[in-house]
Amino acid sequence: MKTAARKGLVQALGFLGLRAAMGLVLAVLALFLYDIGRKGGGAISWEFLSQAPRRGMTEGGIFPAIVGTFLVTLITAVLAVPLGMSAAIYLHEYAAPSRLTRLLRLSIRNLSGVPSIVYGLFGVILFVNLMRLGTSILAAGLTLGLMTLPWTITASEEALKTIPLSYREGAMALGATKWQTIRTNVLPYAVPGMLTGTVLGLARAAGETAPILFTGAAFYLPFLPKSLSDQFMALPYHLYIMATQHHAIQQVRPLAYGTALVLIALVLGLNMGAVVLRYRLRRKQR
Amino acid sequence: MSKTERPFDEELKILKRKLLEMAASAEEQIATAIGALKDREEALACRVLDREAAVNRLDIEIDEMGLRILALRQPLAADLRFVTSAMKIGGDLERIGDLAVNIAERTIDLLKSPQLKPLIDIPLMALTAQEMVRDAINAFIDGDAGLARDVCERDDKVDRLNDQVFRELLTYMLQDPGTIPRAVDLILVGRHLERIADHATNIGEDVIYMVGGKTVKHRIEGGRTTGLKGRAGD
Amino acid sequence: MSDDRPAVKIKAENLDFYYGPARALKGVTLACFEKKVTAIIGPSGCGKSTFIRTINRMNDVIPGTRVGGRVLLDGRDIFDPGVDVVELRRRVGMVFQKPNPFPKSIYDNIAYGLRINGMKDKRAIEATVERSLRGAALWDEVKDRLDASAFALSGGQQQRLCIARALAVEPEVILFDEPCSAIDPIATAKIEDLIERLKADYTVVIVTHNMQQAARVSDYTAFMMLGELVEFDRTGTLFTAPARKLTEDYITGRFG
Repeated sequence: MKTAARKGLVQALGFLGLRAAMGLVLAVLALFLYDIGRKGGGAISWEFLSQAPRRGMTEGGIFPAIVGTFLVTLITAVLAVPLGMSAAIYLHEYAAPSRLTRLLRLSIRNLSGVPSIVYGLFGVILFVNLMRLGTSILAAGLTLGLMTLPWTITASEEALKTIPLSYREGAMALGATKWQTIRTNVLPYAVPGMLTGTVLGLARAAGETAPILFTGAAFYLPFLPKSLSDQFMALPYHLYIMATQHHAIQQVRPLAYGTALVLIALVLGLNMGAVVLRYRLRRKQR
Repeated sequence: MSKTERPFDEELKILKRKLLEMAASAEEQIATAIGALKDREEALACRVLDREAAVNRLDIEIDEMGLRILALRQPLAADLRFVTSAMKIGGDLERIGDLAVNIAERTIDLLKSPQLKPLIDIPLMALTAQEMVRDAINAFIDGDAGLARDVCERDDKVDRLNDQVFRELLTYMLQDPGTIPRAVDLILVGRHLERIADHATNIGEDVIYMVGGKTVKHRIEGGRTTGLKGRAGD
Repeated sequence: MSDDRPAVKIKAENLDFYYGPARALKGVTLACFEKKVTAIIGPSGCGKSTFIRTINRMNDVIPGTRVGGRVLLDGRDIFDPGVDVVELRRRVGMVFQKPNPFPKSIYDNIAYGLRINGMKDKRAIEATVERSLRGAALWDEVKDRLDASAFALSGGQQQRLCIARALAVEPEVILFDEPCSAIDPIATAKIEDLIERLKADYTVVIVTHNMQQAARVSDYTAFMMLGELVEFDRTGTLFTAPARKLTEDYITGRFG
């Protein structure tokens, strides 16, 4: 038998260990953000955000990269959100639990773990070559969309799982059809959760380099794309070039940090947006 | 499914024991009252009067216990029939006790005058009534519907004996009006014994209901009915 | 059982029900009479909930289930391919074990069933909402806050809201699946009162694990065990003088 004092000590030590682990993670994150903020903050200016790069990217801004990332994320969303939600609704509400659906679900989970470069190469084959879209915003967006789909499906299905069976039974017991039940008494409550998961997936897509590397992102393009079949600049790829491929790495380092800061701000902004969106939708329902 | 002994069963046993005790006292009261009449012993008659309170007290105890069980245990089916039957049987036994006291009072009255005639039918009636009470209670304790039915059938015998007693005493009164007060007392004793047999019959009917859930009162034997029916009039 | 009885509203004939290979109902034959309350009692897992969930085909929703035998509603088999399940569920309403109001206002909870059944006229909806809330003895408690969330109501009120919601679509039968198991005794008493009053207009079937409740509210009681119907009789008879030993042992608490 342990004494009460000893049990108390063990518990205190346990909590201390957990707190230390959390502190360590937060400290690393803070250090990381601080470093980027300090080094990149100086580069941020109106010109940096609104101008195209000049003189072999040693001067000027990152405006085309911002627009490119925005456009490609939009395409991603257009593909991944409706398709992902529909697939989740089918899987969770309609598909009978069989070996096939289990296999399907397992495959989707596994797909979300496939390295992004594999999606990139797959995109080259399917969209760029087979579908003859060329290296373009469309091809890159669709590739990213494909990569995001497993995330969207999984997140949406999780959101649907949180809606109690009693809402469905209650509606059906009143004579609602299955689709009426889903549309009027399941989706309205699941959509906030679905959107949150989806936006997080999009934020991840916006920061990806590998899938767009061969499908549409341009090394250096000092003007905006005119259509969806043009090549484009994207923030993550731009950052990658500035940090590792540039001929004057030391000279452009501040610009690279500035780009990193903008990218992080964009991703964080999207995540915050998801949180706010969910909060508002949830509140509206109560 | 195995049957399990419930804490509740202990309470039912206590109720049963009390009823048994009360039945024994009531039966003894009848025997003592008739003994007093037959042997012309006033002391015996007075003992009946003294013991009335004990029977009444048991009746109250049984009633209270039954009510408490109904309120707190909310018994159903056989348990419900047992408890309600026990309460009603308690009431019958209490009335039997009262009737024994009435007989004792008549006896005290009769002892003031010489004996009218040797008693033959009245002791026979008393014996039968007493046996009916004893058997009715045994039927209750053992859940023996056959014995209970047998008790009910014996009621007719007591009724016949009572008619006989009445006719005989009527002859005495017609021949010699001086015998009227004594004859009336004896007629009343006969009537009390007949009532005792009726109560024993009520107990028998309650036992039949309790055992099988079938109501046999008011000549509706055999039909399954919705629960408890009214009582035979006293 | 020769006494004359009211019309049969629901009749199950040799009803079997399987969850995969497990047989939850074994040839149950049972009639529920029109505008009477029929209670179904029995130990957990005896099939009583399965039975009432079969009457409005709520169990259809569960994959891997199978039905055998028939259930006649007004003489027509509800498993007939021509029967519209949605219409069946409108005619046979259901109140569940746990109060399950939707995360909407009190008003919208009641209006929900009307809207999905195609009622558009605002005034008609309003009138039905009031009538249903009155029918469920809840109107006086909520008439001033119809726009408040249904979750703001107490458990017992939520359950009466669910009853009102069922009444709104004008069903003929109302099934209660252990409606009081999650609420306190006073709220339970109110719902029991309500059930007794509902039988003036509706056929009621109630599953309950509370025998006293079955005894209080029902006209007829069925005792089920291990998927079989053991005994069915007038409630007064079943609880005072059951015909079968098994029923007797169950209702007197003699199961070990």
